[in-house]
Amino acid sequence: MEDFSSGFWGIYIAAIVVISLAGLLYLLRSQSVVKLPKGQKADVTGHKWDDDLEEYNNPLPRWWMWLFYLTIFFAIGYLVLYPGLVVWKGSNNWTAAGQFKQERDKKDAEIKPLYDKFMQQDVVAVSKSTEAREIGQRLFMTYCIQCHGSDAHGAKGFPNLTDDDWLYGGSPEKIVETISNGRGGQMPAFGAQFGEEGVKDVANHVLKIAGKKFDAERATRGEANFKTVCAACHGPDGKGNQAIGAPNLTDKTWLYGGSETTIIETITNGRKNYMPAWKEFLGDAKVHLLAGYVYGLSHQEGEAAKAK
Amino acid sequence: MQANPASHPDTRGRGQASPGETYNYRVIRQFSIMTVVWGIVGMLVGVICAAQMTWPELNFGPWFHFGRLRPLHTNAVIFAFGGCALFATSYYVVQRTSQVRLISDALASFTFWGWQLVIVAAAVTLPLGITSGKEYAELEWPIDILITLVWVAYAVVFFGTLAKRKIKHIYVANWFYGAFILAVALLHIVNSLAVPVSMWKSYSVYAGAVDAMVQWWYGHNAVGFFLTAAFLGMMYYFVPKQAGRPVFSYRLSVVHFWALVFTYMWAGPHHLHYTALPDWTQSLGMVFSLILLAPSWGGMINGIMTLSGAWHKLRSDPILKFLITALSFYGMSTFEGPMMSIKTVNALSHYTDWTIGHVHSGALGWVAMISIGSIYYLIPRLFGRDSMWSVRLIDTHFWLSTIGVVLYIAAMWIAGVTQGLMWRQTNPDGTLAYAFIESIKATYPYYIVRVTGGALYLLGMLLMAYNVARTVMAGRAEDAAIPAVAPAHA
Repeated sequence: MEDFSSGFWGIYIAAIVVISLAGLLYLLRSQSVVKLPKGQKADVTGHKWDDDLEEYNNPLPRWWMWLFYLTIFFAIGYLVLYPGLVVWKGSNNWTAAGQFKQERDKKDAEIKPLYDKFMQQDVVAVSKSTEAREIGQRLFMTYCIQCHGSDAHGAKGFPNLTDDDWLYGGSPEKIVETISNGRGGQMPAFGAQFGEEGVKDVANHVLKIAGKKFDAERATRGEANFKTVCAACHGPDGKGNQAIGAPNLTDKTWLYGGSETTIIETITNGRKNYMPAWKEFLGDAKVHLLAGYVYGLSHQEGEAAKAK
Repeated sequence: MQANPASHPDTRGRGQASPGETYNYRVIRQFSIMTVVWGIVGMLVGVICAAQMTWPELNFGPWFHFGRLRPLHTNAVIFAFGGCALFATSYYVVQRTSQVRLISDALASFTFWGWQLVIVAAAVTLPLGITSGKEYAELEWPIDILITLVWVAYAVVFFGTLAKRKIKHIYVANWFYGAFILAVALLHIVNSLAVPVSMWKSYSVYAGAVDAMVQWWYGHNAVGFFLTAAFLGMMYYFVPKQAGRPVFSYRLSVVHFWALVFTYMWAGPHHLHYTALPDWTQSLGMVFSLILLAPSWGGMINGIMTLSGAWHKLRSDPILKFLITALSFYGMSTFEGPMMSIKTVNALSHYTDWTIGHVHSGALGWVAMISIGSIYYLIPRLFGRDSMWSVRLIDTHFWLSTIGVVLYIAAMWIAGVTQGLMWRQTNPDGTLAYAFIESIKATYPYYIVRVTGGALYLLGMLLMAYNVARTVMAGRAEDAAIPAVAPAHA
């Protein structure tokens, strides 16, 4: 993509740069002709300020002058070789994007055989290979731990990947799908619809089906709302629906917390969650290895378990 | 603040200094004292920030969180501490080298109170989370407007005073102060252009890569003009004065002045290497940053060579030690800067603590040391004393500062290079060898060293405050009389 809509600006910038460099050379040249004869000391200029402030008129130190010239000549050489003048792309055709592509392609070619080997295996096989798990773990340490933690145990709002509970399903295919395309989980807010008391009632019904301590009177009152509203996603028995990522409310796993207060907060304000898509950035092979690693976290048997 | 008529018996010279006329020292006293006060505040916040990086438990609530204290630290040390030092010394230098009183006492007083108001407003709004999000230009639009008003008043006072000078030639220090005042006005106005949406929220008129470029054009010239050119002005007065020697080379000062103020304007893109900024812009930023090396060193050479013939004074004069050490750090960081602007070096140093180390060798080593030396020079003269209350304490301050800076920057160099090397290390399978958190673990010990270095520097400032307080208490606010202009001077 061009940076400018008109070719004029390229000429304008090139002209300013050339004039600027020429101006610096002129400034330096014009002021470096004066030399002191050997052994002679420079005089003061004759101006005086504030009683005793004076200035010698020493010539420019030679080494300093040459340092200055050197940097200007370097600049000229660099602008011949590299893009800088807009109208001149630089004789070695370098671009930052090109350098990135070149380095990436070189590295990709180097590691391709290794990744190809694992692409021919399915995710379950990958999850059992020590070598693959090590690569997967390194990938996980770079891209995943910011949310899921270095032990993959997650945090509030970020799922634990080591247990058997899956929002969208824990089959190898589903894990690949989740990592590749990301997920956007959304629970609507029901505070306005249920009212403060209504929310508490529903919350107690949730506590009931979760097998926790609950207020029986409220739970009974809340059941109606649950069956007509919440059940649409979580199912009439509250066991959730992995097709749309609706959590199972009857197990011990809570994404945001299972206390009455937190459940009330969740129902009142809703929740919004987001997992980014990695397919385009990482490519299929790395996603495959990551999926193997994640799958292995909750399926530690055989070789993988022994390696651990 | 009455003048002492006895101090200038002869007013019959060629100049028009009326009998009893004095320099306006009042505003200089105000700014000098506040330099010390804001220095302590700004560096204290800096030490707190450094401690928060080391011990995250020290982040209390949203108001005292690192993210809000860090801009408070930078604003306090650059604009409060550095700014007050520049106001104080520029008013002193422009009066004494022009041999006239400031053109307007009222306007000068406005710059003092206006600037203090800006600082207080910053200290309140930043912890509240009110920010425009632009580094070193975080203050929201109402404060930006106040800054503009104060700055215009400053320009009127400075250039107005210069215009009615009694000495024909303009002393070199005033070129640098003048360039600083003009450039900062330009930078501040262009970069702060924003559309207000409410009293405390505005959005930049620029977007995307253009916004980034304008921001770093501002950011790097804030370094170039606020933190370099202006303090070179300070250097050009206080070094020859304290050394009692003429400036080394008038010719060098001409060349490096013009080359410096011209070239700095180009260097901003080196803050945006390997980003969405177009390649040609990055190349130009890099080559002009390299060209900046010689013009920067011109100032260092001129300062240090001024001492030739008076080197022995360094042994006994701690003020001169501050000034000359400041120049050494200036030379070092202006060598480091162009090196870091080279793309291949930048690829390693960018986003690491090396940058923080570089900034502090400039900030603590150059800016703060030259200011401290100059303020030590000024205080006795402003309060009718021959010298500071304790010269030994200045010496102690000098050593605390020097050790503090060296610890700080050495720690950040090691930390920065370690981070840069760890981040780019890859395994044979193409994955990163280290998770980010591992680089934090590796640099943890150096964060402790940094806190120590910063605390030593702060301790030095506290000694300074004590020394200044004792000197002020023992002295009396006194304005020097303006001497008549001798024919030979003009």
